[in-house]
Amino acid sequence: MSIILSSISQGLLWSIMAIGVYLTFRILDIADLTAEGSFPLGAAVCASLIVAGLSPLLSTFIALFCGMLAGVVSGLLHTKLRIPALLTGILTMTGLYSINLRIMGKANVTLLGKETLMRTVQSYGLTSRMSVLIVGLFASLLVIFLLYLFFNTETGLAIRSTGDNEAMSEANGIHTNAMKIIGYMLSNGLIALSGALIAQNNSYADIGMGIGTIVIGLASVIIGEVLFHQLSFAKRLLTIVIGSIVYRLIIDLVLQLGIDPQDIKLFSALILAIALSTPLIKKKSKFKLKQAIK
Amino acid sequence: MTAILQVKNIHKSFEVGTVNENHVLKGLTLTIEKGEFVTIIGGNGAGKSTLLNSIAGSFLVDSGSIHLAGEDVTRQKTAERAKHIGRVFQDPKMGTATRLSIEENLAVAYKRGKKRGLSLGVKEKQRVEFRERLKQLDLNLESRLKMEVGLLSGGQRQALTLLMAALQSPKLLLLDEHTAALDPKTSKMVLDLTDKIVKEEQLTAMMITHNMENAIEYGNRLIMLHNGQIAVDVKGKEKQQMTVPDLLELFHKNSGNRVSDDALILG
Repeated sequence: MSIILSSISQGLLWSIMAIGVYLTFRILDIADLTAEGSFPLGAAVCASLIVAGLSPLLSTFIALFCGMLAGVVSGLLHTKLRIPALLTGILTMTGLYSINLRIMGKANVTLLGKETLMRTVQSYGLTSRMSVLIVGLFASLLVIFLLYLFFNTETGLAIRSTGDNEAMSEANGIHTNAMKIIGYMLSNGLIALSGALIAQNNSYADIGMGIGTIVIGLASVIIGEVLFHQLSFAKRLLTIVIGSIVYRLIIDLVLQLGIDPQDIKLFSALILAIALSTPLIKKKSKFKLKQAIK
Repeated sequence: MTAILQVKNIHKSFEVGTVNENHVLKGLTLTIEKGEFVTIIGGNGAGKSTLLNSIAGSFLVDSGSIHLAGEDVTRQKTAERAKHIGRVFQDPKMGTATRLSIEENLAVAYKRGKKRGLSLGVKEKQRVEFRERLKQLDLNLESRLKMEVGLLSGGQRQALTLLMAALQSPKLLLLDEHTAALDPKTSKMVLDLTDKIVKEEQLTAMMITHNMENAIEYGNRLIMLHNGQIAVDVKGKEKQQMTVPDLLELFHKNSGNRVSDDALILG
């Protein structure tokens, strides 16, 4: 039971990253690898600021802001310099590796004994497990609520329309490049926010913690889509949270089975490969079923 | 009479410097007055779509100038020109955003040429207007405002695109073979709808068609393109009384060529 609760709490914190990935991957139809750099960026900024004595809440917000900046850089590279989206992400994430090292001054920063959002909540007399759950729940629901409001505004509609049909959007006077940059910005801001929360939960930020971010994010998105298809925007965001929790449960289960933690990235990749191929497998088995009936 | 569109001596080539270099528009000049509904025909490669795309800003012309409603738009991007132009594409998938609902698509078109802020994307007041407009289509779309556009048929989507293009009374409506991908019955429905909207809203429109009879039946001016230039340009009474053989004869007289594109004759 305690493992399931911990998977849920972890899944909630990671879901914010997955929602960020969803914004570029599904809404804008761009595969953005900046995530691999903006996630540890959020962690590095937040941990370093907390160590420097800033409040956890302020540190978390500054981490979010730094992630948005990283997103703007990728957005500009992609739209103004017309660098292909995949390369754009690789460029920014590579550059961010050095920047993250600079921010932390070393390969990792520990938050042991420092104030974090979770410990602040805990100080109201909750168990540490409950406090993670509450922070995760509050943060993810707030993000979903704000995104739901934003993507139903005129500008939000314009961003969704840009990702859906660029030619049509331009023909309707939408400045598609600006919309893409906003999308990149929101996406990487959320990814950095998730990094900041994870760093506080783990009590450390590490230069290597971004490796595999995009795989985890995509796996959560796709698991959510495979489990529930054809949904409206707000419900879709909720299913990403569910996808993120399911992904965590699978990983924690695998670890419980006694798998070496160093093999876990391989499992992440496998889960994503399986999730990505599910629509095709479903289609094929349906076809076979039809053939069998005939 | 005021000129809505002035195209002066425009040239456009594609794949310059390769063996496939293709000089499509060759010094084309054209003025369109307010209230004109121009049908455009011509064989494959005559430059029909290139002309419309040049006007809409899908690419910039190599030389020459384009003025829309008195404003020089030659170097403007599509999104900037969009405040004057409503557009329907040949491919029904092109004109609408599939994962947005009917009302969201209409709301996107509603803000064409205007600033988009942080107020609600689809307002209740707009919904009332959208329902009213959708009723005119007679496709029962007014009761399905929240439906994703991806679930509509090609004909329904073209009708919706047409409505979106006309929503903000554009100075110029560009229709690029917008019925070519539809079956004959739906095609007729969309064409009649086009005619109705253009007349009711008193729009200025340019419509490319592959079908000579349609070109003669609809609109009040007819232009035939050949080799990137205007070969035939008739309007008023002359156009009204025109028949397909007349048109072929006129084309032969003006260009010295016979119409060789079967699709154009058989339409």
